[in-house]
Amino acid sequence: MESVKDLILRMADDALIIGHRNSEWTGIGPMLEEDISFSSMAQDKIGHAQALYNILHEQFNMEVPDFIAFRRNASDFKSCQFVELPIGDYAFTLVRHYLFDHAESFRYNYLSNSTFLPLKSLATKFKGEIKYHTLHADIWMKSLTLNGNEESKLRIQSAVDELLPYAMGMFELGNYESDLIDNGIFVGELALQNKWHSFITESLNSFNIKVPVIKEGEIKLGGRRGYHLTELENLINEMTEVIRTDYTTEW
Amino acid sequence: MVNHLNINKEYVLSLLEKVMDPEIPVISVIDMGMITDVLINDNNVVVKMIPTFTACPAIQLIQSNIKLNLEQHGIPSVSVVLDKDVLWNSDRVTEKGKILLEDFKLGTPIKHNGIVTDDMIMNSVCPYCGSDNTTINALFGSTLCRSLHFCYNCKNKFERFKPVA
Repeated sequence: MESVKDLILRMADDALIIGHRNSEWTGIGPMLEEDISFSSMAQDKIGHAQALYNILHEQFNMEVPDFIAFRRNASDFKSCQFVELPIGDYAFTLVRHYLFDHAESFRYNYLSNSTFLPLKSLATKFKGEIKYHTLHADIWMKSLTLNGNEESKLRIQSAVDELLPYAMGMFELGNYESDLIDNGIFVGELALQNKWHSFITESLNSFNIKVPVIKEGEIKLGGRRGYHLTELENLINEMTEVIRTDYTTEW
Repeated sequence: MVNHLNINKEYVLSLLEKVMDPEIPVISVIDMGMITDVLINDNNVVVKMIPTFTACPAIQLIQSNIKLNLEQHGIPSVSVVLDKDVLWNSDRVTEKGKILLEDFKLGTPIKHNGIVTDDMIMNSVCPYCGSDNTTINALFGSTLCRSLHFCYNCKNKFERFKPVA
């Protein structure tokens, strides 16, 4: 089932890359609790990636999770460009975290009814864990907007303006949409995008943040087809720096 | 079924009561709700278990601790397998487990029956004085299963075992 494999690979690669980006806050968070929060969310995301890669290994005869994560070229990745962007400042990271995790939360919620049982089970588990991610994002978004100052509000607004065209790229259509929808595996990217967009519009408005109108041509697409930012290549180089010294070592 | 090992499930479960969670060493894998079944075949014992969090880094350590413990008690052939049919959630922590968590000065996870609300996450009873006049300081703590809180009544900071659906 190429359709399921493609869907899982997209989700797993997103989780791995955003997890790596989260981990870049380890040691440099603006306060100790935030350092710990982003490190913990990194751990969750990379754990989710590993569990998803493991489905690919067990059900689709792909290599073991470590191999899939560390032994592919950038062009083999199916992650969206949104997760590949460098961390920027804290506002940029927070807004990406907020936009990404609400999308993931809705995605796993839908997938917890999937007819593909290994995915249904993982999604049910993941959505309980992601609850802490979305709550974390919401608390800090409120803190830096309604309870923030002029500078924090401006920084959040400018991060939203900059990130939204990338965030919409999360829902880039694959080649197998109708197959996934018709077989009850997944509700499809379009339905997910609509659900997410109406949620974030209402939520951002409640924080007095404007939601920019994004035209079709402005959406940053390509990641799902292997067209990535050069930053992904840099990230992979860094991520694999240790394993590349000796692929055969037993840890 | 006659088994050549001459042991029963109750005996294996009693041994598992002595295998502690590496991150909270006062609570056993049984009270944590991680053991889903024990199968005793002719020549081996199969322990079926589940991780608490997907990204639990201790899972292999727990598996080998279980194997080691049972082997030390004379069970020669043990395999510890992950049970894919059951998902862990914090309601699986036993009542005895919750008392042990409190003794360890960890706040306990409230029973959620499948739906964890924001209020359940934010509001915790203080494990030092029992007051519910507390606030949450951070959603993430020293391990994935803990959040950080503060008690206005006795002025203690405390960690809490998270409610997770």
